[in-house]
Amino acid sequence: MIGGLFIYNHKGEVLISRVYRDDIGRNAVDAFRVNVIHARQQVRSPVTNIARTSFFHVKRSNIWLAAVTKQNVNAAMVFEFLYKMCDVMAAYFGKISEENIKNNFVLIYELLDEILDFGYPQNSETGALKTFITQQGIKSQHTKEEQSQITSQVTGQIGWRREGIKYRRNELFLDVLESVNLLMSPQGQVLSAHVSGRVVMKSYLSGMPECKFGMNDKIVIEKQGKGTADETGKSGKQSIAIDDCTFHQCVRLSKFDSERSISFIPPDGEFELMRYRTTKDIILPFRVIPLVREVGRTKLEVKVVIKSNFKPSLLAQKIEVRIPTPLNTSGVQVICMKGKAKYKASENAIVWKIKRMAGMKESQISAEIELLPTNDKKKWARPPISMNFEVPFAPSGLKVRYLKVFEPKLNYSDHDVIKWVRYIGRSGIYETRC
Amino acid sequence: MTDSKYFTTTKKGEIFELKAELNSDKKEKKKEAVKKVIASMTVGKDVSALFPDVVNCMQTDNLELKKLVYLYLMNYAKSQPDMAIMAVNTFVKDCEDPNPLIRALAVRTMGCIRVDKITEYLCEPLRKCLKDEDPYVRKTAAVCVAKLHDINAQLVEDQGFLDTLKDLISDSNPMVVANAVAALSEIAESHPSSNLLDLNPQSINKLLTALNECTEWGQIFILDCLANYMPKDDREAQSICERVTPRLSHANSAVVLSAVKVLMKFMEMLSKDLDYYGTLLKKLAPPLVTLLSAEPELQYVALRNINLIVQKRPEILKHEMKVFFVKYNDPIYVKLEKLDIMIRLASQANIAQVLAELKEYATEVDVDFVRKAVRAIGRCAIKVEQSAERCVSTLLDLIQTKVNYVVQEAIVVIKDIFRKYPNKYESVIATLCENLDSLDEPEARAAMIWIVGEYAERIDNADELLESFLEGFHDESTQVQLQLLTAIVKLFLKKPTETQELVQQVLSLATQDSDNPDLRDRGYIYWRLLSTDPVAAKEVVLAEKPLISEETDLIEPTLLDELICYIGTLASVYHKPPSAFVEGSRGVVHKSLPPRTGSSESAESPEAAPTGAPPSEQPAVIPAQGDLLGDLLNLDLGPPVSGPPMTTASVQMGAVDLLGGGLDSLMGDESEGPRGDVSGSPAMGGTNFAAPPAGTMPATLSAPIGGGLGDLFDLTSGVGTLSGSYVAPKAVWLPAMKAKGLEISGTFTRQVGSISMDLLLTNKALQVMSDFAIQFNRNSFGLAPAAPLQVHAPLSPNQTVEISLPLNTVGSVMKMDPLNNLQVAVKNNIDVFYFSTLYPLHILFVEDGKMERQMFLATWKDIPNENEAQFQIKDCPLNAEAVSSKLQGSNIFTIAKRNVEGQDMLYQSLKLTNGIWVLAELRIQPGNPNFTLSLKCRAPEVSQHVYQAYETVLKN
Repeated sequence: MIGGLFIYNHKGEVLISRVYRDDIGRNAVDAFRVNVIHARQQVRSPVTNIARTSFFHVKRSNIWLAAVTKQNVNAAMVFEFLYKMCDVMAAYFGKISEENIKNNFVLIYELLDEILDFGYPQNSETGALKTFITQQGIKSQHTKEEQSQITSQVTGQIGWRREGIKYRRNELFLDVLESVNLLMSPQGQVLSAHVSGRVVMKSYLSGMPECKFGMNDKIVIEKQGKGTADETGKSGKQSIAIDDCTFHQCVRLSKFDSERSISFIPPDGEFELMRYRTTKDIILPFRVIPLVREVGRTKLEVKVVIKSNFKPSLLAQKIEVRIPTPLNTSGVQVICMKGKAKYKASENAIVWKIKRMAGMKESQISAEIELLPTNDKKKWARPPISMNFEVPFAPSGLKVRYLKVFEPKLNYSDHDVIKWVRYIGRSGIYETRC
Repeated sequence: MTDSKYFTTTKKGEIFELKAELNSDKKEKKKEAVKKVIASMTVGKDVSALFPDVVNCMQTDNLELKKLVYLYLMNYAKSQPDMAIMAVNTFVKDCEDPNPLIRALAVRTMGCIRVDKITEYLCEPLRKCLKDEDPYVRKTAAVCVAKLHDINAQLVEDQGFLDTLKDLISDSNPMVVANAVAALSEIAESHPSSNLLDLNPQSINKLLTALNECTEWGQIFILDCLANYMPKDDREAQSICERVTPRLSHANSAVVLSAVKVLMKFMEMLSKDLDYYGTLLKKLAPPLVTLLSAEPELQYVALRNINLIVQKRPEILKHEMKVFFVKYNDPIYVKLEKLDIMIRLASQANIAQVLAELKEYATEVDVDFVRKAVRAIGRCAIKVEQSAERCVSTLLDLIQTKVNYVVQEAIVVIKDIFRKYPNKYESVIATLCENLDSLDEPEARAAMIWIVGEYAERIDNADELLESFLEGFHDESTQVQLQLLTAIVKLFLKKPTETQELVQQVLSLATQDSDNPDLRDRGYIYWRLLSTDPVAAKEVVLAEKPLISEETDLIEPTLLDELICYIGTLASVYHKPPSAFVEGSRGVVHKSLPPRTGSSESAESPEAAPTGAPPSEQPAVIPAQGDLLGDLLNLDLGPPVSGPPMTTASVQMGAVDLLGGGLDSLMGDESEGPRGDVSGSPAMGGTNFAAPPAGTMPATLSAPIGGGLGDLFDLTSGVGTLSGSYVAPKAVWLPAMKAKGLEISGTFTRQVGSISMDLLLTNKALQVMSDFAIQFNRNSFGLAPAAPLQVHAPLSPNQTVEISLPLNTVGSVMKMDPLNNLQVAVKNNIDVFYFSTLYPLHILFVEDGKMERQMFLATWKDIPNENEAQFQIKDCPLNAEAVSSKLQGSNIFTIAKRNVEGQDMLYQSLKLTNGIWVLAELRIQPGNPNFTLSLKCRAPEVSQHVYQAYETVLKN
């Protein structure tokens, strides 16, 4: 199991050092600094073995988190734990920075004592932790009932929610956040495309509500539509094939496996209900058509057309096209029909920004790039043209069908809950080779 | 006010100031001071001097202050054990606190204080906490048992904590169950033989139920534990799989990977014809793909595991090639791993896409990645025959880019393509030759030279090209020099007329001007070949080469199977078994997949044996001695020398025997020298030839004792008797994990009157080992090293050295139990290590152990009948003559042979180094493989071991 956990700043100074196992000595702290943080070359692996000791590290801004072990631990678990550790810290004091860590080092030690015992991760849900570990020091004046409530929550089946939550207005927000990824060849052939989506729920519900979430999952729709044949045909179009999905730990997985229904008791506040991935019938909101021409050895002509491909009534926002330029660029002239374009020498790219663009439109940019003659034989690698945007629909076609809330003990029903649904599609890695 | 200020105090004399503050009356000031102490501790300052002052702050009702003090205690208690006792009372008191959070905190912290005296006080509170009414306390106490076991395993067993822990598996609270499982699994790992976890269908059912209810981490502990279970049949395997598959949709990647591990393992037991098998295969693909959308570090872990999974079951991901396409912004470690998997998945169906991608990658920035991409194109060509042509043309395109390292890498892989498809793509040679000047890496130069030599007859100016390399011959690396030598010889054999001068030049460069023995030897071999028999030279040098295979880079199947059992763990990331990177005994239990069911696939993993059932050759544990070695010896050792009989081909014939014997002995696996009665005198010369010079060949020529006597005693061909004392194969005496990386294996030999211990020292640690020395404990026959242990050079990591240590029998004597037990201490620059081994008694049988006939009769009568011991030697298919000649090789001499009522009676004698005579009567019934052996000796305790020596010698 995890033998020790260290946090360093960018200089390699230790901010937090907690050792759980006897086989990890103080020299491990230095070994990581010397061999990884101060290493000359780029990090070639997130797992490093130095003298039979394994170091797992992740970086958040300029802070290094390293878990150390001498045993054959579950590597996936260690990384998941490190991410979780970051989440917990962020939930307590915001951004993970040197300043914040130093300011909260007592709290961090306390958290580390609680969520990692002898190197075994324990309950690390912030909701539960916050009931008895706070930034103002520990709440030591709990009543007896409170104490047993805390312990039963930390160890219980529903470790993510406490009992007795009350809201005057029962309300919930569902965000379907998708990032659409594309890799396209210069000829316009889709090399790979997938949507990775998340359903984020923010709930302000009283009691211990039992929720059921429904979406236009092809398997469910087909199952239901078995009786009436024509309905299957109709809904078949609107339903989507989900390649795979994963759920927050509150969702009853065995029920999903057997009935494909998503039922759960949600944590209070915001959490990620599910993640999913689709690859079929993706609506690609934009198409990029590049044209690069080398004129002699010192000039490049670039023309890029973007076409929006969704309902004309919808508006895409924050559009940004990034056209890489060679390292030996000396000057660039750009002309664009819409938005603003600039050559950014420091980023070796032309950045073209458009605030808004409606569906089924087209826009174009052309640029002339002057090059310095070089004797460098190596050809320019031509990195792909990448794009960023935000659209108000789900490129996968996912639709929320319902979210039902049942709370038998309290007197509010599904109808009384105010529900909001929002769809946002963003670009993930959206690249076209040129 | 913030806490960061505590990090800034660096002035001198702060310890005194802190001391004053810690003893302050004001609570706030105290707390401030403790915070400062912890901050100093974090940055590595030694604040142990404040120990008593900090401990004084412990008795407080302020929980925050208490936690800080505990943190301090955990760090420094070990350095101040006596002071730490002061804290015990508070702990014990806190374990009774009405607040469960405080009870748990106390028991948790106490377990982290590794001071023997404190652990004694821990037992009572721990026992109470394990049965606490509050689940939070119970789950903390469960982990505490593992902590205590780490400090004092015996104590945990004596106090019966293991049973309480086992009971917790049935606890009503899922988190308690999960922690109990984690603790038990860890303890079980350090006792591989014990059946601690005792997994059976009932307990498995409990675990599966808890799986649905506990935290994500608890699910990981339970799944990892489940993976060690061996279902009794395919139905049980299937039902567990069905209950584990929902975990594949968990958001936590570690839960998913651990579930994949359980499924991959239990799948071995399912028949491929089963519908469920197909369903399971389909279910595995999507979650594996989803892992690739996790954070990069997890992607890396996932990819390393997928690499194993596609090797074991390529069918799972065969349609998912696209998800492994490299993204421009992937970290380099993800890119390299994706590339590896792309090659493994490449097939005729997707090769066009793959090649297009690889070509794209070859223009990227990172040099390592580009090289690997180019190499991948070559591997595709070798793997998918239909694509070879396209690959070659892609490589040619890349060569045109003239990017130096791309060109060099391309040439290296084109060489491999030539070796797979000879005489197919020679048209590209011209293009390759154009780039000759830009090659500066030895591997590329060597590859190019190989190509020129191999196709010399088709390259008009081959001689000029090779000559150009020859100019700087001495500056080249060995690789290039060797290749150049061979290439020029090839050229000469193909075009003898024009190249005589060139070949002479290279031969003289290689043989006369070079210091490299490899090069010189190769040069001489060519030289002699060419000068004695050019035709033979042609046959040797220009022989058809075996085609290289596509799967050269696959993981070896046994290792792969083992790694599959470690999915998700570090072993699967390193692609090495845990023993390769874990110190000590923890986690080094060898795991294997369940045996395959279904007759059709039985060949797939024939080596896989059920876990738990120890291999039959496992040695009996050597009983612990009462002396200081006791503890160390109580670990199981490798098979003792007298252990498993080697199976060898029954009777080998002349020439075959020569080679077989010679080779076997080189590998330390020798069983027995050539048998005199079969091979006769020509074998003698042959044996001499085959024997390696170092004298490791055990077959020694023990001169027959007066050929004339043979007739007298009815021995058919005593003249030709030629045999060697049996040498057991080398066994591991000291495993690397018990000796900080030093592995010792060895065996005992007896040659022409001298005993020696043949050792193989292997350095499996990361540092260099030196200063070796060896010592024996007193033993029954006074065995002692006759010379110091000579290891001439320091042993660098992964190096092995073979040493023959001569022994004598003049050391001090102490009777051991068992009699032939030998305790050895080996020292090196790191530490002293102890092990013990059993030596076979026949190394002590001396050469003059042949008794006079009369003397034999007299002694036989003289020894009282109580001293006679009878043994059965079973399943020995030899006849009387073979037996006696075999035994004579080990200095057991047949004095007379008599035929009584159809039975052959052999009367034999032998003498031990300490002068004890043993007389034997061996009764052999023709056709019956079971012999009866009666031994008479004045020291009857040796009989048992003499019998064992008989068994060993006869059956090997």
